[in-house]
Amino acid sequence: MKLIRYQAPNSTPWPALDRWSNLRDELNSFFDMPFWSGFGRTGQLFTGWSPALDLYESGDHFVAVVELPGMRKDVIDISLHDGTLTISGERKRESNNGETAQRTERYVGTFRRSIALPTRVDPSKVTATYQDGILKVTLPKAEEAKPKQIQVS
Amino acid sequence: MNTLTQETRESDRSQAEQFTTPTASVTEIGDGYRLEIEMPGVQKDGLEISVENNELTIIGKRSVPTMEGTLIHRESRPENFRRAFEIDPSIDANKISAKIDQGLVTLTLPKAEHVKPRKITVS
Repeated sequence: MKLIRYQAPNSTPWPALDRWSNLRDELNSFFDMPFWSGFGRTGQLFTGWSPALDLYESGDHFVAVVELPGMRKDVIDISLHDGTLTISGERKRESNNGETAQRTERYVGTFRRSIALPTRVDPSKVTATYQDGILKVTLPKAEEAKPKQIQVS
Repeated sequence: MNTLTQETRESDRSQAEQFTTPTASVTEIGDGYRLEIEMPGVQKDGLEISVENNELTIIGKRSVPTMEGTLIHRESRPENFRRAFEIDPSIDANKISAKIDQGLVTLTLPKAEHVKPRKITVS
């Protein structure tokens, strides 16, 4: 099992830090120079692609929400193993002849996100939807993990 | 990177409303450019694209679905998206077109007729 820490791609918690993102853009455009072109994706060279994942819990289920813009839904894999939800997939490079990349920030390649769920879920009842570039996985809790009311007799 | 769309660097305006900078890629295609911007959670209605003083601004407002339950782990950012580029004079601003599919905004920026390569026949 591999848990990959999420790295916010553009976190500027304070406006003053905007200047650092400008600096980053400057650096990115440096890496856009032909000399570096064989080295892989700029910006994500050392971090890989780690899409943002939110997890909601309600009485009888969890919902995992993952930002995956511009994917085809048939290349997204969802698996559940030992209480860990893993979402993986691949975005292929769409390059045609006669096209030249001027600025490449979008990540191309494989990604994998895992999250350990706090309680057991029923693997047979997991459902998922993909809309507006957002993957939503609904995981109903296993019967023994659901909250129960106990009547005092 | 001198040919197309330099990104404009103004942080003054973005301080009024907090925006997050979406990831973008620019590709030179035959007779224009393709600009792809990742805006997960944005629908067609939430997109605002404008050209003013040679500056192309793309704003994407997230349509936040109401989720039941408690948020127990958060990595997504709540702000709307905004990104601005300076358009190269070779681009015909009147012919810019845009579409959005699964949170990916694709803009096509054609070059103006007068800058397209042209063959001149010797008569």
